Amino acid sequence: MADDLFNSFMNGPDEKGRFGKFGGRFVSETLMPLILELEAEYDRAKDDPSFWAEMDDLWKHYVGRPSPLYFAERLTEHLGGAKIYLKRDELNHTGAHKINNVLGQIILARRMGKTRIIAETGAGQHGVATATVCAKFGLKCVVYMGKHDVERQAPNVFRMRLLGAEVIPVTSGRGTLKDAMNDALRDWVTNVRDTFYCIGTVAGPHPYPAMVRDFQSIIGKEVRWQLAEQEGEGRLPDTVIAAIGGGSNAMGLFFPFLDDPSVRIIGVEAGGKGVDEKMQHCASLTGGRPGVLHGNRTYLLQDDDGQILEGFSISAGLDYPGIGPEHSWLHETGRAEYVSITDKEALEAFQLSCSTEGIIPALEPCHALAHVMKIAPDLPSDHIIVMNMCGRGDKDVQTVAKHLGFDMSDTEGREVG
Amino acid sequence: MTRIDAKFAQLKADGKKAFVAYVMAGDPDYGTSLEIVKGLPGAGVDIIELGLPFTDPMADGPTIQLAGQRALDGGMTLQKTLDLATAFRKTDDETPIVLMGYYNPIYNRGVDKFLVDAKAAGIDGLIVVDLPPEEDEELCIPAQAAGLNFIRLATPTTDDKRLPKVMQNTSGFVYYVSITGITGAAEAEAEDVAPDVVRIQAAGNLPVVVGFGINTPAKAEAIAGVADGAVVGSAIVSRIGKGEPVAEVLGFVKSLADGAHRA
Repeated sequence: MADDLFNSFMNGPDEKGRFGKFGGRFVSETLMPLILELEAEYDRAKDDPSFWAEMDDLWKHYVGRPSPLYFAERLTEHLGGAKIYLKRDELNHTGAHKINNVLGQIILARRMGKTRIIAETGAGQHGVATATVCAKFGLKCVVYMGKHDVERQAPNVFRMRLLGAEVIPVTSGRGTLKDAMNDALRDWVTNVRDTFYCIGTVAGPHPYPAMVRDFQSIIGKEVRWQLAEQEGEGRLPDTVIAAIGGGSNAMGLFFPFLDDPSVRIIGVEAGGKGVDEKMQHCASLTGGRPGVLHGNRTYLLQDDDGQILEGFSISAGLDYPGIGPEHSWLHETGRAEYVSITDKEALEAFQLSCSTEGIIPALEPCHALAHVMKIAPDLPSDHIIVMNMCGRGDKDVQTVAKHLGFDMSDTEGREVG
Repeated sequence: MTRIDAKFAQLKADGKKAFVAYVMAGDPDYGTSLEIVKGLPGAGVDIIELGLPFTDPMADGPTIQLAGQRALDGGMTLQKTLDLATAFRKTDDETPIVLMGYYNPIYNRGVDKFLVDAKAAGIDGLIVVDLPPEEDEELCIPAQAAGLNFIRLATPTTDDKRLPKVMQNTSGFVYYVSITGITGAAEAEAEDVAPDVVRIQAAGNLPVVVGFGINTPAKAEAIAGVADGAVVGSAIVSRIGKGEPVAEVLGFVKSLADGAHRA
């Protein structure tokens, strides 16, 4: 696989922001000077030890890193095959991996003298993380959120407002996550002098996909040393698995292992009601084809005319018609495998995590766990799987109750008749 | 020489500024849209900007977003947009048509096939909002090779250092975006725009037309007065969106064209 420096999966992107043919900088001229400025500042910060010292300090004392790498013993016994570890990024401050990246971007924004932060959010996790870090640094924060998501994720909307952010319900287009991203870009194009756009996933124009990946790579880097600590020097996972919407938690887990050929890498997309049923899923790689949206070329859900389609998933955090360009490239090169899991399978995984490990997971990582449930039983007991538990499930309890037929207003917790 | 080059040569000879009108192809439906487009030259429009509908128009304000949705809801596609141009060309072989939109529908069709089809449909130039000079190999260079003008946007954030890059593979004319923002938002002011127009004219040998934030005949006159022409989009499209009869829409277009031509 990676015989030398020139044949590595870790060298991307190239100077044009490309991973193979994917990625790039497909933005309007107004934004182009801004992303060039961002790229230059990130290049300086990346090589500046004081930047990483500030990150490490906040990761440790504010976020609570390193997050544990936890041997899920009862889950392993229950599935009766591979040894399963969970990377506990749901224990981070704000309850998900999103804050790893937000910290990096906000520190960068401060270095650039930007005073106003904008973000898009789907389920609200990235919005909450951004509002949190803005509150900590006293920065103005504006979050764009699809109207439909504002309604179904009311607790996160209130959290963001408590944290001092302005939440703008997006009604343009179909009022979903992709439209929230469109409106954030429209805001940025209007407020070019003082505003920093904090993108929540490994998508958008270069340098965002690489930058967000670098910030999230703390996940995989920790797994490397934590597993060696628990399983012996040099022991690598045999399989790493993560759920994918845009793909930032997955990229963060995968990246440090790309040049270890013995490590099998699996990304799990949201299959919704099933990838065969038209438009009832969010599986860009298994059900889409290459196109250009939101500043980069990648796999997209689109119709025959190149119009973008809406995704469908039980999980608002996976509800995006695209995927980070580096995943598209890893898919085409074959370095990583991508599969999909249905809503129904994710709900089964949700319940198994609760009952065997006492962990109430977010619906996003339940997709990864559902795939672990499929493959672990057929693997030997010395096969180590590391799965990223990228978010906790507080935000999803209502949704799950509804799907499982529980009436939350009934204090007896009886099933709906 | 494309129809665009010929048009500017003629305007120069006549001592006139260009009036450019934007409408969304297929808005509110194919038939009405074709009727409006056919009426534009008679209303004094020198160059037609034909919007290619897209689900995710990141640089457009609500007026043009809604126009795109109306068109898409009515079944508009890239092919039907080219069909509309073909139908227009049967009645007018002089007025340039610039297709304006976003890259994905073109990429999805395949750049080579698209260029052949666009040329055959009588399209003269392309404005593709999400293709900056950094992505010139995608469409800009193939389009020039196919004999189509590739018209670049220059903006208030395009500084002197960057301007040569923006001018490098641009042809036909340069579209100066008068404001930082989306279509149909803030108003353009002639005194703010004038120095940038001079700067861009000096950086290349191309006409500079100004768009974004022009919504009245007086504004069209003022802006055209400091540039080589003015573009109006949202103000026209919003009247189409309100369901105004075609004759009234064209009457409004004529008042804008007269304004620009007074400059």
